[in-house]
Formats: sequence, C-alpha cells, structure tokens
Amino acid sequence: MSYSAPKFKEKYGNFINGKFQDPIDGAYFENHSPVDNKLLARYPRSNEKDVKNAIEAANNAKHEWGKTSASERATILNKIADVIHENLETFAQMETADNGKSIRETMNADVPLAVDHFRYFAAAIRAEEGSATELNENTLSLIINEPLGVVAQIIPWNFPLLMLAWKVAPALASGNCVVLKPAEQTPASATFLAEKIADLLPPGVFNVIHGFGPEAGKPLASSPNVDKVAFTGETTTGQLIMQYASKNLHPVTMELGGKSPNVFFNSIMDHDDAFLDKCIEGAVLFAFNQGEVCTAPSRILIQEDIYDEFIKRVIERTKAIKMGNPFEESTMMGAQASSDQHQKILEYIKIGKDEGAEVIAGGGAAKLDGDLANGFYIQPTILKGHNKMRVFQEEIFGPVVAVCTFKDEAEAIEIANDTMYGLGAGVWTRDAHQLYQIPRAIKAGRVWVNCYHDYPAHAPFGGYKKSGFGRENHLMMLNHYRQSKNMLISYDKNKLGFF
Amino acid sequence: MEYKRVEITPEANKLLQELKQQHGEVIFHQSGGCCDGSSPMLLPKEDFYIDDNDILLGEVGGVNFYMSHDQFEYWKHTHLTVDIVKGRGGSFSLDIPTGYRFLIKSRMLSDEENNNLNP
Repeated sequence: MSYSAPKFKEKYGNFINGKFQDPIDGAYFENHSPVDNKLLARYPRSNEKDVKNAIEAANNAKHEWGKTSASERATILNKIADVIHENLETFAQMETADNGKSIRETMNADVPLAVDHFRYFAAAIRAEEGSATELNENTLSLIINEPLGVVAQIIPWNFPLLMLAWKVAPALASGNCVVLKPAEQTPASATFLAEKIADLLPPGVFNVIHGFGPEAGKPLASSPNVDKVAFTGETTTGQLIMQYASKNLHPVTMELGGKSPNVFFNSIMDHDDAFLDKCIEGAVLFAFNQGEVCTAPSRILIQEDIYDEFIKRVIERTKAIKMGNPFEESTMMGAQASSDQHQKILEYIKIGKDEGAEVIAGGGAAKLDGDLANGFYIQPTILKGHNKMRVFQEEIFGPVVAVCTFKDEAEAIEIANDTMYGLGAGVWTRDAHQLYQIPRAIKAGRVWVNCYHDYPAHAPFGGYKKSGFGRENHLMMLNHYRQSKNMLISYDKNKLGFF
Repeated sequence: MEYKRVEITPEANKLLQELKQQHGEVIFHQSGGCCDGSSPMLLPKEDFYIDDNDILLGEVGGVNFYMSHDQFEYWKHTHLTVDIVKGRGGSFSLDIPTGYRFLIKSRMLSDEENNNLNP
C-alpha cells in the first residue's frame, strides 16, 4: 500500500494562548521534505518577542491549571490520545513527509507510541499518591506534589511527535503549562496537534513556538520566567542551556545522545533458531529510523569465535533492507532528515575509511530514481574496525554501524564502556549469568537484554555520563516536573523548651 | 613550516566573517552527541563558558576553535577542516538562520604533522 504527504496550508502560525498567531515581525522559514526536497509549508521564524508572549500566556494559565484535579487532567490527556489515534494515518504521513522516515515506522511506532504515552500518564497521575508519615507520635510529615509552573521544552527532529509526547504528556499530567519549541527541521506534527487539541486545553496551557535555535530557542531557554528547561539534543547546546539555567537557578533535564554498544556473546550461535534470527535483526536495528536515534545501536561488539559466521548473516540481512519511497509500506528505510545530516554522514564514512576501517556493507549515498533523486538517502553501512576509531566514538546519526570483536566478558565490558556516552546498550546471550552480570557492568541508563529499540512508556529512559541526566518515560518522570512540598505538622501541645 | 590541527575553507570563512560582523566576538565549540551533534557550533564568545576542560585546537578566520578534552582524546589523530553545507541544521549555532551549516571534514594527520603539533 502506498501513502502520500498530507495537504499542508501555505503557512502556519505559532500556537500561543489557545490561538494561532502570526509571528510578530512577520518572518517565516520554509520547511522542505527530505523525501524529495519539495516545499511543504512555511512556519514562523519567531524571535524573543514571540517567545515572551508564549511564556506570558503560560504564566497566566499556570495557577488555574495547577489547581485542576488529577482526574480532570487525566481526562484531557486521554482525549489528546484519542485525537492522535483518530488521526493516526494523517500524523504518520505528516511525520514521513517532514522527517523522511518510512511510513511503516510512523504507522507502527511513532504515532501509536505517542498515543500510548498520553494514556500512560493519564493513568499514572490517577494512581499515584503523595505520602503521609508519622515521624513520632506527635509529628506528621506530609509530602504533597506540586507542579513547577511553566516548563520550556526543546525537542529534536528524529521522532517529532513521539519526542513531543515524551515531554508534553508528563509535564501536563503533573499540572504544568508548556512552551514547546519543535526542531526547525520538523515543525509539522506539533502544529497539527495544536490544531486538533486547541479546544481541549485551557488557553496558555500548551504553547508551540517555531523558529531557529539562536533566535527562538535561546530566549526560551534563558528566560527567568520559566521554571524548568527540558532539552533533547547535543552536548554543546546542552552545556549552553545548563549555563542559562544556572543564571536562573532553574532545574534542567538533558538527553544528549549516545554511542550505544550492542554486544553479542557466542552462545547466540548455539542453535539456528528463532532466537538467532532475533539476534540478527537486533544487530541490523542500527538502520532503524535511518540510524537517527539517540540510542541507535551504532557499535556492534561480537565475540571473536562467532564473528565470521554471525557477521555473514548480519551483512545478508543488511543488504536485504529495502530502500525506496518512504511512503510505500514495503520500504524499510527512508531518507535522512536533512541535507546537512546527509553530508555529515558521508564525511564520517570517509574518515572511517581513512582511519583504516573496512567497509563490509554499503559505504556511500544511495541514489534513488525520479523525484526521490533530490532526497537525502544513505546506504545502510557496516564498518569493521576498532573502538578507538572516530566512527566508534562519535554519534553519526545515520545508518552506519561500526563493528569490532572481543575475546571474553572482561574485554566486552571494557570496550562497551570505552565511550563518552552512556544512553543505551544491548546484550544478547543464552547464558543466564551473562544476562544479568553484563548489563549491570555496562554504564548506560537503558540496557536492552535480548531485545533492542523497545520504548514502552512504563520503562524509564535516560543517560549516564555525557548522555545527560534525568529520566523520561515512567511515572518517575512526573517528579522531574514537580516540587515536593513537605508539610511538617506538630500535634504536640508543649513547646520545645529553648526559649 | 606551520602545522595546524584545524583549518577553514574560503566559503566557510566568508560566512564566518559575515557572522562575526553581525554578532561580534564568537567561538567555535565542537559538539558531540545526538541529532545536530558532531558539528562545530558557532557561539557568541561571552555566551559559552570555556575552562580547562576544553582544549584550544587553533584559530580559523580569527576565531578560536575548542573541543572538550575527553572528545579530543578520540579526535587527536585527525586534521579538521571547517566547511559549509546547505541545510537546515538545528541547535543554537549562529549559522542556523543563514540556511548554511558549518560542517567538519576530517583527514588523518601525517606522522610529520603529529610530531610537530602542540596540542
């Protein structure tokens, strides 16, 4: 089955105070599709004036919204989930048009996961409680959760709707107002969502500001009138946002990417069965979402005694990846999100070759026909080398994986941890001891054991080391958007006796 | 002979000089990580806190080029050239609104370069 890009208006506004508003200075930027480089629509090139308005709207709304009951907020979150679900196909087509990823992923992962995320937090906020503890017979400690107020959220372009859901659902659930800045590469789905849910939320509770990082992102992240900044992106901007937050003493959470090891122990080859088939797919998942995933399993570590046999199967499966029109349901891998990403990935393949890595699959741009010739496509690429090479250490954010071997458990752990990052990791084995001990030894926030790229709302996600801090998903996320108010109550009629 | 770790193409330098005119003193900081990472970020000099955790790789077009120490450990065997590519990058880098993005091109340093470079 084949889909197509949905119809876009010629231009869109920012969503501020429950209404779409033109940018104050009247400037727009063009948003092109990476599928064929054609113009989709124009979006506001906002500046500090627009950002100020959005922050003001959010501040005006925060008192009333913060007082709503958990059941009211849960009802609204469920309605938002319903709206996304009812428009699943349109959202999926929009994500494919805007980001370039294949429709089979947007229909089956991006959009359904976003729906589930809103439902999860709608449920979590109802089931969750504060606490009351009797510290002694006359003293009671009550812990009441209170929203922070206004949260600034800056999200990336690799999963535009899902990253929105990850940040917006828990922030609204815990009673905050949001000013969201989507990535300038992928402004479409946040705008479409705002259109669809405008009537569900009180004005000012959810605001969307479009524009460029230095012009719109900076005034948002550095504003003294927001109470928290949540950011997903890269390390330099992460440091910059933390500096801005330090001036205001605002809390931040950071999700800054990774270079995740995917470790395959020799027991996987003990049988040629469904599990081995799963392991092969697990290695090839480096190409999922064209490799544009913070947790992309971009380093494959294979125990040396099974290397030849296993890599042969991985190469076969990689070569069977069907590239083509991202709107075709049979297409497995679509376009990279932008021309500059495309060029960056090609530069990494080049430096990998210069460093002495051997290209064992792919190795360059993919040339597609017709309109797609103008899109940004890369062949799924496997480079064999060693862990000190730059292609093993830097996030390429493309369908390029670096493969090396290890002798034993100790060497596997050493290589896995020899990286600045610690976001994701994969461990594949039939050995019961390794199943527990190896994941415990890897310094990463999420270790997938005999699986990879599963993102249930109920499992916490976040980084060690330079991959950032704070967690997303899971009800623990609520506390990243809340204060804990402690009421310490004395029922003792007698004074302390000091004065 | 002068040895350099980092250089800039004439096209990139032209854009850099325009941005300097517009924004005053600026620095490059090489980013790592997600999405728009692994790219050089051009930032107002006063905006970005540089300390001993950063290493100065050199100067291009009158602009200091920095990288964090731990990242440098993995990059030190390569020579970098700042170039530009047409595209809509993200991040807070000052080039984003121009429709061009600074991009790093790399090659291996020769033994001779390696022996003469400091850092």
